[in-house]
Amino acid sequence: MNNNDAPLAENPSSHSESSDNPETDSPLNRRTFLLTASSTLAVTAAHMLTPTSAATASSPSDPARTPGMEASAYGTRATFEHAQRLTTSTRSLTPLQQLSGIITPSALHFERHHNGVPLIDPQKHRLLVHGLVHQPMIFTVEELKRFPAESRLAFIECSGNSGKEWNGPKGRTVQETHGLTSTSEWTGVSLATILHEAGIRSEAKWMLAEGSDAAALTRSIPLDAGLEQALLCYAQNGEPLRPEQGYPLRLLLPGWEGNTCVKWLRRLKLMTSPAMTREETSKYTDLMPDGTARQFTFDMEAKSVITFPSGGQQLEKPGFVEIRGLAWTGRGRITHVDVSTDGGQSWQAAALQQPVLPMCHTRFRLAWEWNGQATILQSRCHDETGYVQPTLADLIAIRGTHSYYHNNAIQSWKITEDGKVHNVHI
Amino acid sequence: MFTSNKWTLTPIWVMTVMFICVSALVSAAAESEHTPTYNIGRPASQAEIHAWNIDIAPNGEGLPSGQGTVIEGATVYTNICASCHGLTGIEGPMPILIGGRDTLTTNQPLKTVGSYWPYATTLYDYIYRAMPLNAPQSLSPQQVYAVVAWILFRNGIIEESTILNAQTLPAVHMPNQKGFVRDTRPDVSRMVP
Ligand code: HEC
Repeated sequence: MNNNDAPLAENPSSHSESSDNPETDSPLNRRTFLLTASSTLAVTAAHMLTPTSAATASSPSDPARTPGMEASAYGTRATFEHAQRLTTSTRSLTPLQQLSGIITPSALHFERHHNGVPLIDPQKHRLLVHGLVHQPMIFTVEELKRFPAESRLAFIECSGNSGKEWNGPKGRTVQETHGLTSTSEWTGVSLATILHEAGIRSEAKWMLAEGSDAAALTRSIPLDAGLEQALLCYAQNGEPLRPEQGYPLRLLLPGWEGNTCVKWLRRLKLMTSPAMTREETSKYTDLMPDGTARQFTFDMEAKSVITFPSGGQQLEKPGFVEIRGLAWTGRGRITHVDVSTDGGQSWQAAALQQPVLPMCHTRFRLAWEWNGQATILQSRCHDETGYVQPTLADLIAIRGTHSYYHNNAIQSWKITEDGKVHNVHI
Repeated sequence: MFTSNKWTLTPIWVMTVMFICVSALVSAAAESEHTPTYNIGRPASQAEIHAWNIDIAPNGEGLPSGQGTVIEGATVYTNICASCHGLTGIEGPMPILIGGRDTLTTNQPLKTVGSYWPYATTLYDYIYRAMPLNAPQSLSPQQVYAVVAWILFRNGIIEESTILNAQTLPAVHMPNQKGFVRDTRPDVSRMVP
C-alpha cells in the first residue's frame, strides 16, 4: 500500500507538541517508557503508581511510533474490552451478545452455585469412590490427571435458563434471557475409567455425585448414562478449571442440565436407586398443570437464540445486517436453523458455521437487509433426532407456566423503527 | 431336603448340580475379583468413607442414631433458622418451609416441604448437609431430628408427640410422595414441513 494513501488523520508531530494533549504526559506513556527501560525496579514502581484502569485513559495516536508493552506472564484482554458477566450472589450470566464463535471465554462462562464458590487447595482435594464397588478408592487430583485424558467441546446450560420468561418477557437483553449457557473445551478422565478402577458391583444402577462446596450439592445420575458419556474434568479451555466451574474437579454430562455436572466433585457413591436429594425433588423438577412434577428431566432440548440484533441493542440505520446467533441441543447435533425476519410468517435457512459438534453451541448467520420498518426476528433450530424448537405457546399448552425449568422456546426480538431491539412475546 | 436313599444319580441331576456349582463359582469370582487396569489411586479406609458418607436414602439408610422431638425442634428453629426463614417458617425472606398444601394445581403453586417434597429423609439429608446456610454440617443428629420434627409437625404431617429417629423418620408419609413422574419428553415438537 502506498503510504500517501494511508488515512493519516492526525499529524503526529503537532500532536505531541500540543500542551493539552492527554497523551504526552499520560500514565501510559510514562509506564511504557519505564517498561521499555527494562528496570525491574521501575516496572514494579510503575505498576504500583499506575492502576490498570489508568492505562485505558489514552492510547498513542500512532501505535506504530510508540514501543509497546513487554511480554506478560499471564495475559489479560485489551483494556478497551469490557464484556462482563451479570452477577447476583448465586449466579452470573454470560454476555452472549458480546461473544463471537462458539467458545465461551473461561472468565465469562456462566456460574451457578448454591452457597458460594469454595476455595479448594488441589493438593488437599480428594475424590472418594465408594458404595456398590468392589474396592472403595481415593484419588488425588494429580492421580486423576495420570489416567488417559479425553477432551470434548460441550455446552453446559442451567435448566433454569430462560426460566423467568414463562409468564411474559422479563429479560431486557439476551444475557438476561439466555445467559445461563456457555461452551468450553473440557478435559478429564472418563467416569467409566475411574469406576472400573474401583470395580462396579452388578447391583449398582445409580450414582450419587457430591460437591465439596458449602451446599455439598448432590445429584443422582443413572449409572448407564454416566458410564456412556460422563467425564471427570480438571481442565477447561486448556487450563485448570476456573474456581466458579468446579476447580479442581467437576463432573460433565454433555447435553444434560447443568446442575448434574456437579462441581468441586469429591464423592461418587454407587447405589441401587436414586438418593432423592433436595436438588432432584424440591428443585430441578418440573411442575405440570395437573400437579404432578417431572423428575430427572436431564436432557436439555434443542434451543436457539439470535444474539445480534438482540434485546437492548441498537441498529444505527437501515441496511445490511448479519443476523447472528447460537443453537444447541442436548440430544446430538444441530441440523439446521431457520430465521424469520417477519415474526414467524416465513423462514429462511441460516448458514451454520463449522464445526457443528454434538452437545455444543453452534453458530448460525443470515445476511439480511433491514428496511427501517418495525419487525420481529426469531430463530428456530432442528436437531438430528428430528426435534424442532417449539414456540412458547406450544410449550405452555402442555406444561403450563409453572414448570420453571427447561424453557427452550423460540425467542422473539422486536426491532422498532428507531432501530432499538426489544424482548417481546408474540 | 433330600434324604440319601432317595438320591439317585441320574445324568441329568449330575449335570444340573455341576452347572449350578460352576455358575456359582463364576459369579462369585466376578463379584469378588477386582482387577484395576491402571493401579492409580489407593483403597479408601472405613474412616475416610465414614467422614464423608452423609447422604440419607429414602429407606433411612445413612441415618445416625439419636432422636428429636417437636418441642426441642421449636427451640432449634427459633435459635438457628428463624432469622432467615421467618419466625414461623412462612415469613421468609429465605424459602418458605411451611404450608402450600393443595396449591400445586392452582395459579399460584407454593412448593414447600409440606406441599411438594416426596420424602421426609430428604429433609434430614438437606438440613444436615446445607443448613444453616452460614454453618453447614454443624448441627448434631439430635438438632437435625428435632428441627425436622418441628417442620413436619408445623406442616400437619406428624403429631406433636412424634419422636423422630432412624426408625420413625423413613416411615413418615409425605403428602406429595406420589406426585413425581419420570421424564416424558420430547413432549412438544411440531415437525415443520
Ligand atoms: C443465613 C440464612 C439461613 C439460615 C440461618 C438457614 N437457612 Fe435454610 N435456606 C436458606 C437459603 C438461602 C435457602 C435456599 C438455598 C438454595 O436454594 O440453594 C435455604 C433453604 C432451606 C430449605 C429448603 C427449602 C426448599 O423448599 O427447598 C430448608 C428445608 C431449610 N433451608 C431449612 C433450614 C433450617 C432447618 C435451618 C436452621 C437449622 C435453616 N434452614 C437456616 C437460608 C438460611
